[in-house]
Amino acid sequence: MPKPEFLYVTYIETTPQKLWQALTSSEFSKRYWFNTELKTDWKIGSPFALVMNGTTTDVGEVLEFDPPRRLSYTFHHVLSEAARKERPTKVVFTLAPHGKLVKLTLTHEGFEAGSKLLEGISKGWPAILASLKSLLETGNALTIPPVALDIEGFE
Amino acid sequence: MNIDHFKPATVYTIYIASTPEKVWQALTTAEFSRKYFFGNAVEVDLKIGGAYVECDPPRKLTVTFNVNWPALIEKLGPTLVTYEIEPVGDVVRLTMTEAHDRPLSDDILSGGRQGWPAILSSLKSLLETGEPLVIKMAPPQRMLEALKKMGIATP
Repeated sequence: MPKPEFLYVTYIETTPQKLWQALTSSEFSKRYWFNTELKTDWKIGSPFALVMNGTTTDVGEVLEFDPPRRLSYTFHHVLSEAARKERPTKVVFTLAPHGKLVKLTLTHEGFEAGSKLLEGISKGWPAILASLKSLLETGNALTIPPVALDIEGFE
Repeated sequence: MNIDHFKPATVYTIYIASTPEKVWQALTTAEFSRKYFFGNAVEVDLKIGGAYVECDPPRKLTVTFNVNWPALIEKLGPTLVTYEIEPVGDVVRLTMTEAHDRPLSDDILSGGRQGWPAILSSLKSLLETGEPLVIKMAPPQRMLEALKKMGIATP
């Protein structure tokens, strides 16, 4: 049986450097990631936290930081009680130049069977990455009402 | 065609700063589709309804998606593609589901899984910026090898 894993690929008209900056700086992430800040110093092994409107939603540890190619961190949701009991998962971003574009591949893996977190992130990542693509290509992020994602506890 | 026998094999969701009507137009007119669908024109007359299984503008469109390649259809069966278009705040959520009437291996499905993110990323860019992406795709090697193993001649 294949392990449960989330995979999302998108192509963005930008440079790997700009995309890298957008994935690693709060100044950008606040605009495309539902006002989420990235709290970390990005050193390998350092703590990592996602803070949405002042509330910590997810925590982890920096695993890889190889600009502008590969970024990875562990990911443990702490807001919802069901997801908090699950073991930490792993997020990997891969940036590959593709002609004048960048191919962005996100994998999120290591979920427990029947994971609540997998259900949530499967709805969340496409919205976040679509908004990121819009921000880099048009200068404007998308305004997606959180409630539209139909994620338990995210309104 | 009885579409109840079809099971989703690949799902891709993307959010677009556009209106349901414009997304619908881009999905159903040759002029648009040639720009983002690797040069392929969607040239089916909506009135004929032959390849259109379900057509509920601007919300839901289900089409059979058959390559002009008889040996392939004979072994793998028809492909059913459903587009769901939902207004979400000021943007549109487009969900593409590729479904089949029999189980297919990940190797066979890899062709579509490689293509959809490129096609739908380009569609998003076209609607948001007025310009599609220029995405050069390598042939779907994994799928072609799987077809060869099944004794299906590839062009």
